[in-house]
Amino acid sequence: MRKKTQPTHLYSRHVSSRSISNGVKKPHVIIFSGYGLNCEDETRAAFNFAGASADIVHINDIIARPAMLKEAQILAFPGGFSYGDDTGSGKAYANRLKEHLGKHIEKFLARDTLVIGICNGFQILTSAGILPGALIANDSNRFLCRWVDLKVEGKSPWLTGIDTLSLPIAHGEGKYHADAKTLAALNKSGAIALRYTEGAVAKHFALPANPNGALENIAGVTGYDGRVLGLMPHPERAVRFTQLPHWTYLKERYIRDGVPVPTEGPGIQVFRNAVRYFQ
Amino acid sequence: MARRITVASTVTDARADSYLRTLKSLFPKTKLKSVAVAQAYTVDAKLSADELKRAAERLTNFVTEKFSTGAVIAPRGYTYAIEIGFHPGVTDNVGKTARQTIEDCIGREFKEGADVYTSVFIFLTGAVSRQEAQRMSRELYNPLIERARVYSAKEELAVTVPKVHLHERTAVDEVDLDVSDDELAKIGKRGIADKDGTRRGPLALSLGAMKTIQAYFAALGRNPTDVELESLAQTWSEHCKHTIFADPLDEVEEGIYRRYIKGATQKVRKEKGKNDFCVSVFTDNAGGIVFDDKYLVTHKVETHNSPSALDPFGGAITGIVGVNRDSMGFGLGSKPIANVYGFCVADPRDTTPLYRDAAKQQPLLPSRRILEGVVRGINAGGNQSGIPTPLGFLAVDPRYRGKPLVFAGTVGLIPRKVKGRKMYEKQAQAGDYIVMAGGRVGLDGIHGATFSSEALASGSPATAVQIGDPITQKKLSDALMREARDAGLYSSITDNGAGGLSCSVAEMAKECGGAIVELDTVPLKYPGLSPWQVWISESQERMTLAVPKKNWKTLEKLFDRHGVEATVIGTFTDKDRCVVRHKGKVVMDMAMDFLHDGRPVEPLKTKKPKYDLVEPSPKARNVPLGKALLALLARPNVGSISFISQQYDHEVQGTSVTKPLQGRGRVNSDAGVIQPLPNSPRGVVLSHGYCPWYSDIDTKAMAAAAIDTAVRNAIAAGASRDYLAILDNFCWSSSNTPERLYELKKSAEAVYELATTYGTPYISGKDSMFNDFRGYTAKGERIHVAAPPTLLISAIGVIPDASKAVTLDFKMAGDVVYLIGETDDELGASEYFAMLGDGLGTRAPLVHAKRNAKVYDALAGAIERGLVASALSVGRGGLGVALAKSAIAGQLGAKVDLRNIPGDITRLAPLDRRSRHLTGRADSILFSESQGRLLVSVRPDAVESFEVCLKDAAIRIGEVGGSNLGVELQSKEFKLSVKSLTAAYRKPFQNW
Repeated sequence: MRKKTQPTHLYSRHVSSRSISNGVKKPHVIIFSGYGLNCEDETRAAFNFAGASADIVHINDIIARPAMLKEAQILAFPGGFSYGDDTGSGKAYANRLKEHLGKHIEKFLARDTLVIGICNGFQILTSAGILPGALIANDSNRFLCRWVDLKVEGKSPWLTGIDTLSLPIAHGEGKYHADAKTLAALNKSGAIALRYTEGAVAKHFALPANPNGALENIAGVTGYDGRVLGLMPHPERAVRFTQLPHWTYLKERYIRDGVPVPTEGPGIQVFRNAVRYFQ
Repeated sequence: MARRITVASTVTDARADSYLRTLKSLFPKTKLKSVAVAQAYTVDAKLSADELKRAAERLTNFVTEKFSTGAVIAPRGYTYAIEIGFHPGVTDNVGKTARQTIEDCIGREFKEGADVYTSVFIFLTGAVSRQEAQRMSRELYNPLIERARVYSAKEELAVTVPKVHLHERTAVDEVDLDVSDDELAKIGKRGIADKDGTRRGPLALSLGAMKTIQAYFAALGRNPTDVELESLAQTWSEHCKHTIFADPLDEVEEGIYRRYIKGATQKVRKEKGKNDFCVSVFTDNAGGIVFDDKYLVTHKVETHNSPSALDPFGGAITGIVGVNRDSMGFGLGSKPIANVYGFCVADPRDTTPLYRDAAKQQPLLPSRRILEGVVRGINAGGNQSGIPTPLGFLAVDPRYRGKPLVFAGTVGLIPRKVKGRKMYEKQAQAGDYIVMAGGRVGLDGIHGATFSSEALASGSPATAVQIGDPITQKKLSDALMREARDAGLYSSITDNGAGGLSCSVAEMAKECGGAIVELDTVPLKYPGLSPWQVWISESQERMTLAVPKKNWKTLEKLFDRHGVEATVIGTFTDKDRCVVRHKGKVVMDMAMDFLHDGRPVEPLKTKKPKYDLVEPSPKARNVPLGKALLALLARPNVGSISFISQQYDHEVQGTSVTKPLQGRGRVNSDAGVIQPLPNSPRGVVLSHGYCPWYSDIDTKAMAAAAIDTAVRNAIAAGASRDYLAILDNFCWSSSNTPERLYELKKSAEAVYELATTYGTPYISGKDSMFNDFRGYTAKGERIHVAAPPTLLISAIGVIPDASKAVTLDFKMAGDVVYLIGETDDELGASEYFAMLGDGLGTRAPLVHAKRNAKVYDALAGAIERGLVASALSVGRGGLGVALAKSAIAGQLGAKVDLRNIPGDITRLAPLDRRSRHLTGRADSILFSESQGRLLVSVRPDAVESFEVCLKDAAIRIGEVGGSNLGVELQSKEFKLSVKSLTAAYRKPFQNW
């Protein structure tokens, strides 16, 4: 957590205008929407606060005008419940994506671009075959909303400079699965980006590190040399200090230690990294 | 011919494991070894073999699944297979998605009548008999909405197509009202008689109302059509018009709603003057208050009790998506930003069977399955809609066995103005198209509004059950909230809830003065519905809009892009008549004022009931205090419901500030704080208060305690009294008896007194007056189960800085513990006395609102100044439970001395000679549920400032620290480890 003084309100615009005044171009982000995706607004807020210019666009509008993908540097598949997870999470949206935009996504990825799939977005990316593996029902067979700790591995521009971070999860089908051969290949190529680990949050709340039974504790994987990141946890829900699950405790700790109370959360760095990639 | 695709897992299958766990726990002696599952899609459409294969590929994730278009994928050596699918016409969300996937894949839409139906095959392996398999199947499906069939391994797994077949019956019947009063009463009670003599289902119209209708049509010289009579039944229903709250009650001529609820709000708003934050209250689908210069926050809490008794999952999901539509129907559309829930159920361990009919053919679902179902329903509805659920509760009482209470609420956010137009006002204009958007119309929920005005009995129609489809609604919500609203494409909007089109169109027609509807333009799920059914159907996910003709094309295109179906079904007029046509024929033509205001006023009388109250014996109260505290923590009314909180997404939208589970020990909170906007520090505080148990002694005390608790819970989280509004939800039973009405009147008096003293206006409310079950026991004896009079108060407050919010967990060793408020000997109807089971007691807690108001303000000031490390309002289980909760949450002990706390409890010590009651005993101090109290901890360097703020209202009782909770009482003391407290607290639902 950064200790120096921060703007009080995280998404305040002067931060992004600061990057303009530095003469740095804002990368353009297209956030997919429609059919039950539902984390578009907070994903846009996080990107914009980090200095990007993000638009939420309905998948049908992209299908109608796929040329808009050429104007974007980053694509985000946000969290949600596309098609209610009916027939399997992410499957129906991925079918629609492949059916109508498959070639355009390939072209987009052929450029030096970034893609992120968060939660349902990750499920969509794996179902569409853009990332390896699959997300299946949690071992508990129940939706679970809590915070987890993550250890960063591999080399993804999305995760530059981050060793560990704590983020919330909220999913019913988040158990990462791949066959032994795929897992070995992922390990070898450094494509495993995030693993659940016992860190600050799990210790504080005495919770198990792995929330869903994911194989090898995998929480996120990358493809296309780390440019495509898929992860079950939600960095966009962890951009403010007061989103942390134990911030009222930490605040008392900081006050007693005479340390300024931070304003930012750990997730914002993921979005800053993406913006910096293009600057 | 229909064909079947089955998809099954090729890796570990959590769904199958979960079936196995459930069945093994329900049938401990079973020789069941393993369970396998296959998902079936029965495709009743013309597809080539290649198309079917391509479709199957798209329904399969090859990393973890395989498919078959031939034989059902079954494990080798299974003994029995159970297939569970829906009855015809029941919403099949997975089937709908599969259909869209297939249509997208083959590049064409299905023909009329073609569809995809889903079912699941559960394969049982092990030495299981057919009888046992059949018993197992009964635990896994709900016969009201689902079908199940058990197959042995030798039997062929038949292909079932649950297509709706209705006899085309589109005629409109005239209903002869020139009949005896007896027959009139029968029509009102049991419904219109069809040609074959069967009744269509209750209209819930009293004889008085039927006679008014008779006279109205006699004057017109004709009989009403069935469409007209059904329509009147909907608009005049208790559910829609709140007749019991509207009609004169004893000397309260204007009715209790106008005098006590609206009256309180008017008084509070007047006294607030310039500081009045109410903008739109009681007139719209939700209540709206100022959030900041640019936005309003809205709130609405609904109940969905009767449907949840029949189909808990469907009832609860429909409840939550329904109240979300209320938010979307506030003004021109308030975007849902938070859901809240409350379940009042019987103890899930209670296995007493009850039946709706004397022949015992229609069992009530067991209480365990009701709780499981309603929990799952809110899960699906809230999570899939992308709305965070920061707050909720579970209350347990055996009298919720007949009808559970399912509360669902939605907080919304709406801009005050867009392009100069006020978003919280709406007005349909004559000439506007009437547009129905969202889902299609089927037989779902026919007679829902009138049904919930009746007690649950064996005639209860299965069609009263609907299943929500959150994704269809999310698409509709995206189209409206993200685009159409701010583009100004419609002039008014409301949701289709109870009464369907008959209520939504009639309601909006009031804004301009009339409407003409062409019923045959309404899109249907399947053919064959009668006109009256189309008019009153409660099929879900529909909003009705008033759209200026010039905007229709633009709006139609917008909906189309979002994959939302929308249809022009008529025109709003200013002709003072509500007219409905079907295939060119007028089937309804009634004056607007008769439709809305023609219901006869029916004065009600009350009578004071007799209560038979006894104090528990001294012997019963002679229990070790530490043991009693542990036992209380392990009761479902007190213990952790983390299994619910954790499965409801409270982080979506990125607005979460304080969580439903607080502190290291994850204790359920009775308040939650969210920060709705990323660029504003302002927060919204939500809380609840409910004390139905006190109704057994005094409903006025019950209502007062509910209000005080809600206000106090909000204060503890960081709200202040000067920016706090409340909502009322009355759930009563047997409301046609003068005794219950007396209790209602008493509670209404408290509703007025408390709100005016606290300065908290009511902004929205709802009532459900017949939470009764009349049925039969296992011995065939008649039984009436009546829910205790229950008032849920929901509070909503705005705070300038969400980062000042406070949680309930003790934070650090060395912090000073304070108790705010007085502790009186008020154990009547307490959780402690309920646990002893030796008498209800006689003194329910009373609320001293004037005294409390001052104290709450002082505490709010201290929290605002950042002086408070933890705060928790003392509630069910009293001070003992509150101390335990803060300790469990902080995983930190405390040492407290309760010998000199203020209140009559210590003054009367140890035995009160003036009464026979044992007062002032140590157990009273620990477990009395006196209202107005809070438990607070303060860091040492803030103690001085805190004490200046609170003066003598807070007394220092001890210090945080160590791993034990040590309590010193008059002659006794006890010590319990935080570990043992935590284990007890987590016990009631640890295996859920």
